[in-house]
Order: sequence, then C-alpha cells, then structure tokens
Amino acid sequence: MSKIKAENVNVYYGSKQALFDVSIDIAEKEVTALIGPSGCGKSTFLRCLNRMNDVIEICRVEGSIKMDNLELNSRKLDVVRLRENVGMVFQKPNPFPKTIYENVAYGPTIHGIAQSKEEMDQIVETSLKKAALWNEVKDRLDEIGTGLSGGQQQRLCIARAISVSPEVILMDEPCSALDPIATAQIEELIDDLKKEVTIVIVTHSMSQAARVSQKTGFFHLGKLIEFGSTDKIFKNPDNQQTQDYITGRFG
Amino acid sequence: MNLILVTFIILLAFTSYYFGRKKALVIQSSQRLTALPKFYGYYLAAWCAAPALIIFALWSVFEPSIVKTFILQDYTDQNLTKNELQLIYTKVKALAAGTYTGNITNFLDESANKYIQLKGIANSAKVAIILAILIFSLSFAYRSVQKNDRMREPVEIFLKWVLFVASLGAVLVTIGIVFSLLFEAIRFFQAVKIFDFIFGTHWYPAKTFVRDGQPDPELMKDAFGAVPLFAGTFFIAFIAMCVAIPIGLLSGIYLSEYAGRGVRKYAKPIIEILAGIPTVVYGFFAALTVGPFVKEIGNAMGLEVSAESALAAGAVMGVMIIPFISSLSDDVMTAVPQNLRDGSYAMGATKSETVKKVIFPAALPGIVGSILLAVSRAVGETMIVVMASGLAANLTMNPLESTSTITAQIVVILIGDQQFGDPKTQSAFALGISLFIVTLFLNVIALSVVKKYREKYE
Repeated sequence: MSKIKAENVNVYYGSKQALFDVSIDIAEKEVTALIGPSGCGKSTFLRCLNRMNDVIEICRVEGSIKMDNLELNSRKLDVVRLRENVGMVFQKPNPFPKTIYENVAYGPTIHGIAQSKEEMDQIVETSLKKAALWNEVKDRLDEIGTGLSGGQQQRLCIARAISVSPEVILMDEPCSALDPIATAQIEELIDDLKKEVTIVIVTHSMSQAARVSQKTGFFHLGKLIEFGSTDKIFKNPDNQQTQDYITGRFG
Repeated sequence: MNLILVTFIILLAFTSYYFGRKKALVIQSSQRLTALPKFYGYYLAAWCAAPALIIFALWSVFEPSIVKTFILQDYTDQNLTKNELQLIYTKVKALAAGTYTGNITNFLDESANKYIQLKGIANSAKVAIILAILIFSLSFAYRSVQKNDRMREPVEIFLKWVLFVASLGAVLVTIGIVFSLLFEAIRFFQAVKIFDFIFGTHWYPAKTFVRDGQPDPELMKDAFGAVPLFAGTFFIAFIAMCVAIPIGLLSGIYLSEYAGRGVRKYAKPIIEILAGIPTVVYGFFAALTVGPFVKEIGNAMGLEVSAESALAAGAVMGVMIIPFISSLSDDVMTAVPQNLRDGSYAMGATKSETVKKVIFPAALPGIVGSILLAVSRAVGETMIVVMASGLAANLTMNPLESTSTITAQIVVILIGDQQFGDPKTQSAFALGISLFIVTLFLNVIALSVVKKYREKYE
C-alpha cells in the first residue's frame, strides 16, 4: 500500500537546483531508507514531505507529492495539520529547554489533543514508553530535557514526535550524533515503531540502512538513481553507480 | 620646557626603534638573530622611553610639594595654621609669576626669589637627570643588542606591564571616583542625619542658604529628605518602562522571527538610530511637543495637567529606551539555535506558538538582562527630566503633575554659584552615591537573574 507518492519533484534554492525529477513511492508501515553522499539532496527531499522547506525563504518546490491522495505541495494545504500527521526527528537531538514532561506534552498541547491532566499524563507516559525512555526518566519528568545524555535526548525527541500519533515519521540522520549503543537502541525503536507508523529515514550509514529498512533509495547529485527493496539494492543493484557507492568505491 | 623634554624623549624612542632594527639587520649577516628585527627596535625604544618617562612623571608629581616644603620652612617658627600657610604659598607663587597685586612685604619678596631660584635648580636638575638616564639606559640596551641577547622575552614582558598599567589606571580612576563621592557624602552626613536624608519627605535645599555663618540645624532637618527624589526617579523610570518594554519586546520579536531579511536589514538600523539621538534633543521634544500635547488632551478631558508632567518625561524617556530593548532582545532571540525552531515547527506549532513557548523562554535571560540595562539607563537619565518634568521635588504619584528625580536635582544643585563645604553642594554627592548604589544593586540583580535562568536553560 502506498502512503506517499512523489512525482517529478524539483527543488530549487534560489537559482540552484537541488533535486531533479524525483519520483518515489513510499509504502505504508515500512521503513524507507534514503542513502547517498553528502549534498545529494536526500535531506532536501525528506523536508518536502512535511513542508519544512517553507522555513527557508529562498527554497522553491515543484512537482506533486501526494499523501493518501492529499496534495502536499499546494498553497492551500493546512501545514499545521500536515505536521501533526508527519512527525520529524532531526540529526542533532533538539529537545526544548523545558522539562521532560513539557517536551513530550508540547505537541498534544498545541493541537489540543488531551482534554484533561490525566489524559495528558497518559499520553506522556505512553509516548515515553514507546520511545523506550520511560524507565529511565519516570522519576524525573520535571527535570530539564537538555540535561539528558545524547541518546536519551534523541529518544525524547522521538517521544515528542510520536506524542501526537502521527502516521509518518521522518528521520534525518537520527543517529549521526550518537554512540553505537545509543544507535542500537534507536534502531530497535525504529523496528518497533514501524508496526504503527510509516518511517522515512535519511542515513549516512549503509549498514544502518541495511539493518532497519525494507526499501532503499539511492540519491546522487540531486537525482534518485535507484529505488527498490533493501535486499535488492544491497545485494544486486541494477545501477553501476549504486553498486559503486554500496561497495565503498566512491562517496 | 616639559613639552620639549617629552617630545625629545619620544622622538629619541622612535629613532632608536629604527636604529635597533637596522642594527639587527647588520647582526643578521654574521649571526642568527634571536628574534625578528623589529623586536630589536622595540627593545631599544622601550629602554629609551620607559625609564626616562617614569622618572619624568615621578619628578612632576613630587617636585611641587618638595619646593613647597622648602619655602614654608622659613615660616615654621611663626605658628601659623595650615590654611594660612597655604595662603602664603599661593601668594609667593603669584608673586614669582608676576601676577600678585597685593601688598609686597620683604619676607614675601625673599620667599618669591627663593621660589624662583628653587624652580630653576629643579628644572636644570630634571633635564640633567633625565639626559643621564637616557644615556645610561640606551647604552645598556645597545650593549644587549650588540651581544645579540634574546630580544623577544624582554619586549613581551614590557608589553605585559604596559597593558597592566593601563588596566590598573582604569580601575584606580573608578575607585577614585567612588571614594571622592563617598568622602563628600560622609561630610554631608555629618551636617545632615542619614535618617533624615533617607526617610525625609521634604526636599528643599535652597532654604538652608544663609548669607553668613552656619544654617539653622532645625532647617537642615527638614530640607534634605530624599524620599520625593527616589519616588520621582522610580516613578518616571516606571512610566518609561511601561512604554519601552511592550514596544521594544514586540518589535524585537517581529525583527527576529517575522521580518524578512530585507525588512530586518533596514528596520534594525533605523530603530538603532533612536539610540543615537542626543538626550537633550529628546528633552526639548518632551518639553515642547509632548508636554503641551499631554496638557491639551488632559484639559480637554477636564483634568488638571501641569505643563511639565511626569507622564511627558517618562513617555519620551521610554521612546529613548526602545532601541535598547528591541535591539538586544532581537539579538538574543536570533541567537536561539535554529534547530529549536525547526523542532517546534516540525511538531506543527505556528509561528506565534513557537515564539511564545520556545524562543521567548530560551532567550529570557538575555531579555531580562536587556530590560534591567534599560532600567538603569532610565534611572540615570537626566536631561529629559530636567527639561520636561520640572525641578520641584513633589512627592506625588500623579503622572500629570511635575516631579523631579535624583539626577535632575544634582543638576539643579551644581549649576550656578556654589560653595564647597556647603551642605547644599555636598548633598549632590550624597545623591550621587545613592544613585550609584541603586544602579549597582540593579546590575547585581540583573546578573544573578541572568545566571539563574542560564543554569536552568543550559
């Protein structure tokens, strides 16, 4: 089942074109990995899916991106509603300088999801449990989120993202600032989460893409070179460039 | 004479710089240099100028008092008071300079001759000693250069001491100012009880003026009550902050979060121009435009408004302070990391929610700091109050009446004729030191608040 369908997406930063005719089908409740060398446009594409490129003044997106038949690249789109449905986890953990509780409660508060204090407590607890952080922080929910370790901060950000029960979560190199143990925890978490949500993850680590994803797309110089099942991309890619990148001959 | 001497030393230092560098280039042909050639120049120049200038400075400081001691030695047997001796010395000096117009006694004439003689000896001795020192230190330094000693370290040590002396000077001047305030204030508090000053509600120093003799202590008790001034100061500062905080903060938020790059590029310098307008211009703007305007509106509403009102002064002062708050709070909010903004937007927060819940709290320490800075600026502001709010120290909380502030009263006290040792004049120092303490207190609070929030948010 296709969740997001992008067709001929072109992105420009000012006069410089960053993405060229990218078309991709992202399947529901699967993990799709986007790999490629730095500056290849994979993060740019990811940011099209929750309209984060709006924040950049000079950025312009062309083409069609449909999520469940809703056109995302449209002026009429309610961006707030979209971002409630499409969460995002960033490269560098970015918890707010607030308490752990307030960090997780941030989304439900601004979207008016919880009706009562009890309901909010419940949402915070569930989200932290899903993010595998609850046991570590349940006794100190009123401590500042930025005081946690790097891996805990990133899981807090994941808890924050899932607190509004999004259908899609975008992850932009979520483990690049973390140590191997924290990385393993996050990967395990991604595996659990995909039962309920569609995940798109940008990563520099090919082993990570191979471990966590079902589909993989390889980007190079703003073009989607090859897209297919992770098994096929890593074992028997059609394209020579993909083959070279996977085996470490360039990139 | 002194000017020529100093110019000579400085010119010699420049010459020795070039000479030293040239010498280094000569040495270079036979040996490896211990430092870059310019260090040889600095070394010679420093040895040339520093000892001579230090001796010159010390001489200039001590010479007058030594000469004075010599002159007044002749008068020790006459049992004179310190003030009388000082008067005699002043007369001697005037006579020696040929500007004395009084009665010339033999004794005075003799002293004046002695003074001229002593001065002549002192001057030639000064020149001789300084020349000797120049020759000695230059030849010492030149020998070092010739031996190709290490040059870098002595120059670095010399520079360190130059910098140390400069910062020591800055600190000493500050301490000196505080102490001179303090001593005059203490003398004031010998005439007026500190209790009457801090808790008295009536400020009217003019009435203690007595043509001869000491003023009546009963009058003093009632003339120097600083409460109306403190109240007026904080009242006007409060009105100013009521204007400046909302406008400044909101425009800071607009500039940092909403304005496009183009708008920000032009709007920010324009707002900052407000900070560059001289306060006296704000003063007559307040006195001639805002004051009458407030009065007119008040009269139209059937209120009694004086032409000089706290409201007019406070409002204009607020306008003056806007750029402090808006520019500083814009800076601190812009400095909030972009990834916090991204995190909030990615959760589906709108711009205003992001500002309110993420940016503003994260920038709060800086914002509080900028506000407290603005408060101390408002408390210390003088010109606007003098021109727009009047000089009568009324104890009132009515913004439509005129009040006065600490700074404005200091101006009133110290313009025109004044007499040192008069409690009225000394009261300016007492006001000055209390203002200083208040501002210091504000700054300490500002720092501790900022520190507390910083601990919380980092």
